[in-house]
Amino acid sequence: MADSPSAGGPGGGPGTLEPTPGGERDWLRFRDDSAPDEPAVSLDAFLDQSNAGSVRIEAGDDVRHLAPHLERLRLVEIDFPKFRDGRGFSSARVLREMGYDGEIKATGEVLVDLIYFMRRCGFDSFAPDVPLDRADVESVLNRYPHVYQHAADGAVPIWQLRHG
Amino acid sequence: MYKYDQYDQAMVSARVADFRDQTRRRLEGKMTDDQFKPLRLKNGLYLQLHAYMLRVAIPYGTLNSRQMRKLAHIARTYDRGYGHFTTRQNIQYNWIKLEDAPDILAELATVEMHAIQTSGESIRNISADQYAGAAADEIIDPRPWAEMIRQMTTFMPEFSYLPRKFKIAVIAAETDRAALRWHDCALRIVRNEAGKIGFEVFAGGGMGRTPFIAYKIRDFLPTGQILSYLQAILRVWNRNARRDNIHKQRMKILVHELGEDEFRRQVEEEFQHFLALGEDFPQAEYDRIAAYFAPPPFETGLSEEIDRSDPDFALWVDQQVAAHKAPGYAIVNISLKPIGQIPGDISAEQMELVADLAERYSFDELRATHAQNLVLPHVRKEDLHAVWTALHEAGLGEANLDLVTDIIACPGLDYCSLANARSIPVAQKIAERFADAERQKDLGELKIKISGCINACGHHHAGHIGILGVDRKGTENYQLLLGGSGDEETSQAKITGPGFDEAGIVDAVERAVERYREIREPGERFLDTYRRVGMDGFKEAIYG
Ligand code: HEM
Ligand code: SF4
Repeated sequence: MADSPSAGGPGGGPGTLEPTPGGERDWLRFRDDSAPDEPAVSLDAFLDQSNAGSVRIEAGDDVRHLAPHLERLRLVEIDFPKFRDGRGFSSARVLREMGYDGEIKATGEVLVDLIYFMRRCGFDSFAPDVPLDRADVESVLNRYPHVYQHAADGAVPIWQLRHG
Repeated sequence: MYKYDQYDQAMVSARVADFRDQTRRRLEGKMTDDQFKPLRLKNGLYLQLHAYMLRVAIPYGTLNSRQMRKLAHIARTYDRGYGHFTTRQNIQYNWIKLEDAPDILAELATVEMHAIQTSGESIRNISADQYAGAAADEIIDPRPWAEMIRQMTTFMPEFSYLPRKFKIAVIAAETDRAALRWHDCALRIVRNEAGKIGFEVFAGGGMGRTPFIAYKIRDFLPTGQILSYLQAILRVWNRNARRDNIHKQRMKILVHELGEDEFRRQVEEEFQHFLALGEDFPQAEYDRIAAYFAPPPFETGLSEEIDRSDPDFALWVDQQVAAHKAPGYAIVNISLKPIGQIPGDISAEQMELVADLAERYSFDELRATHAQNLVLPHVRKEDLHAVWTALHEAGLGEANLDLVTDIIACPGLDYCSLANARSIPVAQKIAERFADAERQKDLGELKIKISGCINACGHHHAGHIGILGVDRKGTENYQLLLGGSGDEETSQAKITGPGFDEAGIVDAVERAVERYREIREPGERFLDTYRRVGMDGFKEAIYG
């Protein structure tokens, strides 16, 4: 599985923190608002229950079904059953393109090297199955000085920098 | 040729640091091999039978002498003194140590090269017509768009984990020298009735175990919308492809399952969406990039004469030289298929010689071709003899372009852990069998392509004659296929019948070729004869 098991787990080695979903001081949450505490329900359940505010998106779900309900939506959890399953990247970006500005949390097999790209797609919190090394995450997030294309993070692409 | 600015350089350098860090974490045990694998693959590092293989990108097949010299240096310093040009205009090194890989990437970065996305489930190096910017028959140089696509598709966040690899090719001529319709997505620049240029778009091609020839999904796409359109294709595929079976995740399978029309409909819908987001590079960026591809300062008033008094030289000119758009110039093809050698292999010394020739005679430009050869794109006709003499002395003077000994072969069981059978020795034996220059010339254009397993790295589906290595009860066995093509009339080769052992396959190829000689009509190539008479016209001759 993910990072070295010996460094993981609650109270693991130095620099290693167990992410606490919903916790205010969670270093894997990149938002200022308070985390929604209502449990996320499946997409079908969400579409059935007119009062639900949190939804869990499985890899094969179509987030475009959420379009009419953005008003009441505060949290979308997008699951990565395997790190190789990249559908969740599109799901997050599509949500941001629809104008959703609530929390998008990546769950499942979320690996250090994916986080940079997930941030660019609009994910702003992470609940990996296996804890990540904070120093590694920070180094990965700051690796690239520029981007070549638009995404959901508002970064200005190189072609725009070139032409002012 | 394109030149990096500070942004491009910063990105490639950052990638080196990124990979160095990933390698460190792997070596420190912070990552499992399973987790490291996709990361190293996105840097072109494969694990083969005996060692790591590193695949270096040559964007749209174009490189300069400085880059070629660096490739030679890497071959000498980190490998065994040679490199291997691939069927996608890249170069591979077969004997790389994992610990050295970050240093090699750092060396490449000093000459504006990299191995980004050269394997793994990513958008691969963009391939193009190797005669781009030189061909007499092209509408416009397609490489500025290839470079735009390269930039847009580099580290594209939404497509961080595509279902499978994604290969793009771009050309701008009627003649297809890039095996366009065997790509996941292929673009051909055309001119419409109003005189505007745009892209004809093909999607859903691919070889491997389930070959498909790409469908045309757009007759005409304005060139300024290509980046939106490509993203639309990628998104439809990324969201809808299967993820449960690695053999069914290529885009060709999705296009086939949805049907061409439904796939097109979904792409068009997503395309409208991307257009509205303003994803396309502006005209100013196209202009900036295109300026790097401006034609070199061709001299005028040059002689068109070629002195053919040396018969060996004349033979080489007839086979290796193609028409150039500038008067007095020619395109020179350098064969990497000397009889009995490994197709596509080249030594460090030969790389350096070719770099010298490019610098001296070809405005410092070189090209790699999908048939595993090299090209000097802009040579004065009056320099051809000097170029030939130098190539000849370096063992690169073979005159066999597109002939029976110009064989494409994958690494096969000599290197590859997925192989069922060896490809290289079969290629060598066939080349030796047909080595006679008169015989080759008499047989004319005949493309033999050999893969060591169904993954089809050696393009056997596209061979006029294809050879596929299979495992038959633990022994190497070869199936023979006929009738494939990667040109503008793309077709998929068909299996003739039961397979052969290694000696048997060489004889079977010869029987097929001799049958062609018997029944050909004047002017017919092997492929034309096959298309006229079909498999039945060959079967008996092959199986007796
Ligand atoms: C030696 C290590 C190599 C390995 C493990 C390898 C692996 C593979 C695999 C698994 C596929 C099938 C992909 C699919 O069906 O989706 C494939 C296809 C391909 N490979 Fe390789 N390959 C290797 C070397 C090469 C080399 C040396 C070349 C070029 C000479 C090459 C060019 C290609 C091409 C052109 C295809 C067909 C692409 C398509 O399906 O459209 N590969 N390779
Ligand atoms: S065709 Fe098969 S044997 Fe040949 S390189 Fe590809 S995977 Fe290896």
